[in-house]
Amino acid sequence: MFRNNYDNDAVTFSPQGRIFQVEYAQEAVKQGSVVVGLVNKTHAVLVGLKRNAEELSSYQKKLIEIDSHMAIAIAGLASDARVLSNFMKQQSLGSKMTYGRPIPVERVVNQIADRAQTNTQHYGKRPYGVGLLVAGVDDAGPHLFEFQPSGMIQEMVACAIGARSQMARTYLERNLDQFADCSRDQLINHGLRALKETLSQDKELTVDNTSVGVVGLAPEGSKARIESFKLYEGQETLPLLEALERSESSGTMEEESMEVDS
Amino acid sequence: MTSLVDHSARETVGFSFSEATAAGAKQHGFYPYTDNGGSTLGITGSDFAILAGDTRSTSGYNINSRMVPKVFKIGGDEETGEGARIMLSVVGFAADGTALKERLDAMVKMYKYKHGKPMSVAACAQRLSTILYEKRFFPYYVHAILAGLDEEGKGALYSYDPVGSYEREQCRAAGAASSLIMPFLDNQVNFKNQYIPGSGEGHALVARKPEPLPLETVKGLVRDAFTSAVERHIEVGDNLQMLIITKDGIQETFHPLKKD
Amino acid sequence: MDHFPGTWGRPRNDVYGAYDPSYLQSTGPKTHTSSPAVTGTSVVGVVFNGGVVIATDNLASLTPSFLLPLRTASYGSLARFTDTKRLRVFGDQAVVGFGGDVSDMQYIDRLLESIDIRENYSSHGNTLNAKNLHTYLAKVFYKRRSEFNPLWNHVLVAGFDSAGKPFLSSADLLGTTFSAPHLATGFGAHLAVPILRRLFPEERPVEEISQEEAVEALKQCMKVLFYRDARSTDKYSIAVITKDKIDLKEDEQLEKQSWAFAEKIKGYGRQTV
Repeated sequence: MFRNNYDNDAVTFSPQGRIFQVEYAQEAVKQGSVVVGLVNKTHAVLVGLKRNAEELSSYQKKLIEIDSHMAIAIAGLASDARVLSNFMKQQSLGSKMTYGRPIPVERVVNQIADRAQTNTQHYGKRPYGVGLLVAGVDDAGPHLFEFQPSGMIQEMVACAIGARSQMARTYLERNLDQFADCSRDQLINHGLRALKETLSQDKELTVDNTSVGVVGLAPEGSKARIESFKLYEGQETLPLLEALERSESSGTMEEESMEVDS
Repeated sequence: MTSLVDHSARETVGFSFSEATAAGAKQHGFYPYTDNGGSTLGITGSDFAILAGDTRSTSGYNINSRMVPKVFKIGGDEETGEGARIMLSVVGFAADGTALKERLDAMVKMYKYKHGKPMSVAACAQRLSTILYEKRFFPYYVHAILAGLDEEGKGALYSYDPVGSYEREQCRAAGAASSLIMPFLDNQVNFKNQYIPGSGEGHALVARKPEPLPLETVKGLVRDAFTSAVERHIEVGDNLQMLIITKDGIQETFHPLKKD
Repeated sequence: MDHFPGTWGRPRNDVYGAYDPSYLQSTGPKTHTSSPAVTGTSVVGVVFNGGVVIATDNLASLTPSFLLPLRTASYGSLARFTDTKRLRVFGDQAVVGFGGDVSDMQYIDRLLESIDIRENYSSHGNTLNAKNLHTYLAKVFYKRRSEFNPLWNHVLVAGFDSAGKPFLSSADLLGTTFSAPHLATGFGAHLAVPILRRLFPEERPVEEISQEEAVEALKQCMKVLFYRDARSTDKYSIAVITKDKIDLKEDEQLEKQSWAFAEKIKGYGRQTV
């Protein structure tokens, strides 16, 4: 029944110095479908692979907008993610209310990390069974953070979490040096490519199972300072997937040849 | 006339401030409201709604600033207001107005976050009424007007009293110069006291039927209403801010008014 | 010798009448600050091309509580503290100028201090600009007025907004806010604003106004305020906020004073001709 004697709660160390409940929570993240995030100098992109529990059901949402300057991608228990995203939304609205400032990404990520950590140190509590990629922009530019149930957070240049995400990470590592200076569209393309690497033989990216989200700094000279978070789902992802296909057949990253902004 | 202060005490002691001790309990009030003047008005048409207000902010006879907008976009982007489909004007105590606007804005944004669709103007109107009534015994000291397009795409305008009574109307003026502007709107928008010439005498007179006015006519009425109000009311002036909502979104304009 | 320590330091009953202990009574509703005690007077600020300049004098006047009922008369303005610094630097891009109650100013000062410390824990330092700060202060004022426990101040916040444009805005004890290219609180709203409106009329773009001109205008305002505001002094603080730095001077002295005009003033007191 039990894997060992030290996993009855999340507050007990094993003699090896491990907390099994937290590790199990991290397994829940690996069960979730994959999400990929990456940043360049101006934008942060999230892409996700949506799953439907059965043929007749709808697809589970992977990307949630927190505010116009920030969004999360989730892997693991969606209901736990909702609790976290509600909290982040509250904090973000609070910051806008009190200071008139969009909350700095690092600040809100630290806040959810503290909440997650509390769950690992109080008897009777359970760690969040979800991992997040948090993408957003603030005064210091675009950011991507990884969040794990243990309360661990890290700022990343590119990251993938969820089932078979190792394949995506391999792609990201291999192409890392191209990200920083690439264009917005190329960044989306890299994200989709990384996502595609994780697919099993019989699967492919479709308008139904792909979600793309972009947030970034607005181009010089525009009215607003930031390009608000834009979520592409359903038919909206078609031009992005077509661009992916074209770039694959030509073997190179194509320069901005398509209009993705709506 | 009788005085509360015992003057004989002062005479015997011979100090001018002795009445301080005789005065008993101190009565010093903190009054949590002020009137920042200004005026607003809203008019609807068949496929648009206009909300307008002057941009003067006053305290007593002082002009605080010549550029304090009273009309806001609700539910849009913080910086640019982009994406908003509802407009709100508030006039009265400006700090309450700002607080009210921000609460409604947060409400509308939470609605969109929770339900994944924008709030209808009718739902927003009902919610605004509740927000105002929640503070029934310490009210937001403002006259609010809410405007947008209804489910059929027609111009919709709701006007409120400070504690949340509201109704949908064709037009409404609020604030310092409302008593100057409202009769003008009654006549020019709802055609009150206008009769069809030659239709008869006395009870046989046929009243002119009100009909939705075209946008350009309404813009003219708004400008006329404010230029006239500025002439006769000292708390109104500086600039005219106009927000116009059509199916294409909200357009904002500013026109100079007299600064005296 | 009075052998009752409880009465030491209290006004003598035979001179001032019986001590009024009404304020010690615990019956009746709970009351908060219903009038300020030690107060600072005007704050004046002007936006110029590339920054903002803001000034206050260094005086804090005392209205003793036993004189409060007489405040409407000419009593009750003791120049209590003549070295009160009323400009407060926040981060490296914002200054707050305080008018009104000095103890409430010091309370707000502590609030700002703790925010500054908290902000500096984040990896990019304190990124709150003057506009953010003004929004925050207005919320604090509004919250306290809504609790009927006001912070008795009127402040100007000077600095830059998030787009890097010069920012000057006001907030008062009721939470009322407004912004303009030049602002003044208290007596300054009557005396300094007309001067500033003449020097910097609305038609004149901010880009045309130089730092020197703005500083000169403020000095002129401070002088007029000293001449005509009984609760002011000739020592003042002035801060020039530009993109590169905040230049804060807290021990300035009004120069070239001339009271010659005073002789010609007529129409007050017993003077009849």
